[in-house]
Amino acid sequence: MPEATFLDATELVINMGPQHPSTHGVLRVILKLDGEKVNGTECVIGYLHRGVEKIGEHRTYQQFAPYVDRMDYVAAVSNGLGYCLAVEKLLNIEAPPRAQAVRVILTELNRIASHLLWLGTHALDIGAITPVFYCLREREEVLKIFENYCGARLTTHAFRIGGLQYETYDGFEEEVKKFCDWFIPKVDEYEELLTNNRIWVGRLKGVGILSADECKEYGVTGPVLRAAGVQWDLRKAQPYSGYEQYEFEIPIAENGDTYDRYTVRMEEMRQSTRIIRQAVDRIPSGPIMGKVPKVVKPPVGEAYVSIEAPKGELGYFIVSDNSTQPYRMRVRPPSFVNLQALDRMVRGGLVADVVAIIGTLDIVLGEVDR
Amino acid sequence: MADEQKPEGSATPPPTGGEAAKPAEPPAAAAPKPAAPKPAAAAHAAPPKPPAVMVTTPWESEITQLLKERFGGEITEFSTYLGQNFLVAKPDAAIPILETLKLELDFDYLVDVTAVDYPKRPERFDVVYILYSFARNERVRVKTMIPDGYTPATAVTVHLAANWLEREVFDMFGIQFAGHPDMRRILLPEEWQGYPLRKEYGILQQDDAWVRENMGIESGQ
Repeated sequence: MPEATFLDATELVINMGPQHPSTHGVLRVILKLDGEKVNGTECVIGYLHRGVEKIGEHRTYQQFAPYVDRMDYVAAVSNGLGYCLAVEKLLNIEAPPRAQAVRVILTELNRIASHLLWLGTHALDIGAITPVFYCLREREEVLKIFENYCGARLTTHAFRIGGLQYETYDGFEEEVKKFCDWFIPKVDEYEELLTNNRIWVGRLKGVGILSADECKEYGVTGPVLRAAGVQWDLRKAQPYSGYEQYEFEIPIAENGDTYDRYTVRMEEMRQSTRIIRQAVDRIPSGPIMGKVPKVVKPPVGEAYVSIEAPKGELGYFIVSDNSTQPYRMRVRPPSFVNLQALDRMVRGGLVADVVAIIGTLDIVLGEVDR
Repeated sequence: MADEQKPEGSATPPPTGGEAAKPAEPPAAAAPKPAAPKPAAAAHAAPPKPPAVMVTTPWESEITQLLKERFGGEITEFSTYLGQNFLVAKPDAAIPILETLKLELDFDYLVDVTAVDYPKRPERFDVVYILYSFARNERVRVKTMIPDGYTPATAVTVHLAANWLEREVFDMFGIQFAGHPDMRRILLPEEWQGYPLRKEYGILQQDDAWVRENMGIESGQ
């Protein structure tokens, strides 16, 4: 009997990406369709692979720091924080309190910027054109703060191993506070545009459901996990950089669908603002740089340190052989792991939902491919 | 960070044999691995040469208790470094250990699978599984040492998350996982020759033939 599965007339295989506006970068998804229904997908990734881990083995610890910004380039500050914490762990040192507070402020600002870019582009994918302009307008203010602080807007390289390179500029606190006051009403504004919008709700509710158990099974973290009802955030579970001092809530939702992931991220922006306000009110005085040897040579050993990046758990697993360069530099990227669940989420859905689901996963291909 | 650390000073006492079941002995036989270092510098002085191996402290808890009972000599080491717990197991035991950890000890989230290359060692690669338990809020690393060409069993049967992670390990190190549903390269092109994260692979090295054929240029550098 000749087998002719490839001639199955009901199944259509089409290619989405890598050059596609709604794949948010060079992601290629091969869709197996039955009419409008998605029977399965396959992700083809690696278009942006630059060998970051290999480069890490050939640079000194300090030299590698700017590279990490180029993985998740919309949340470069978070990448830098995770990296610095990992190397500090290996060196068994801690950044001084002042540096930690400034780190928290900048990281949370970056979380807001990252979520804003997500919201704008996600809404654009769904067909809501307006929010992206608002989101980029607000994000611009965050980037201005970064620019004033360290001269760079996107790939900031804001932190150094052991603390900070730069003292805050004059008026930093006021500017950040002003931003917070100005920003909160803006979130309400987005919500007015979207939250009860019939098209928005219709396109997102019940789409791409991923249950809590499935999230754990696939290793999915971040807002996607929280939208499935798991109240887990590394900032609370294993606080770093002084997060235990700040009061904030971990927003969760219960259905684990695309709409819930939207509400969770919206609330996260408010919570981030709350953290920033507390942190900026009590930045301790003191040095901004810890006692770090001129030549960073961590003792032989290994450590895994992870933080709650805007996309989920971002981890660094570093093996040191007591030389100036890491022996092994492993990055555990949230986007890469989260993207793996795409297939599970889109199966049985419609083609149009694929776009919504890729958007809601909030992946950055620079981080997926490294 | 929350987990506290123990610097220098408190090294593993060289195999005193006392410490429960059987660990301590086997790994020392191999090449440069944990077990028993110990430079004289007990007085916490920094300058005299730092130790050439990881200065770990033994790790004991109900988790190690249960695993020791269950796996005995299959697990050669339970250690803590910088407040982070890990165990070293024989390659064949890795997947049963992951399963026990998941089903009986709540380590239900496979954070990462990765490898480390030690070309000079007879067991060339470390395969590292990083696990987390939501219920315990605790992490564990499971490490195995495998020679080149050995095909460890896949962890996909226990954690679906291992699928892409193991594909990446294969892509970068050339470690094949037995029983993996889709053992192909993931980041590099499928026809690419060589495994970039192996130590002998140069930083500027590339698959010239592939680049010539597919990109029509001599070099990407």
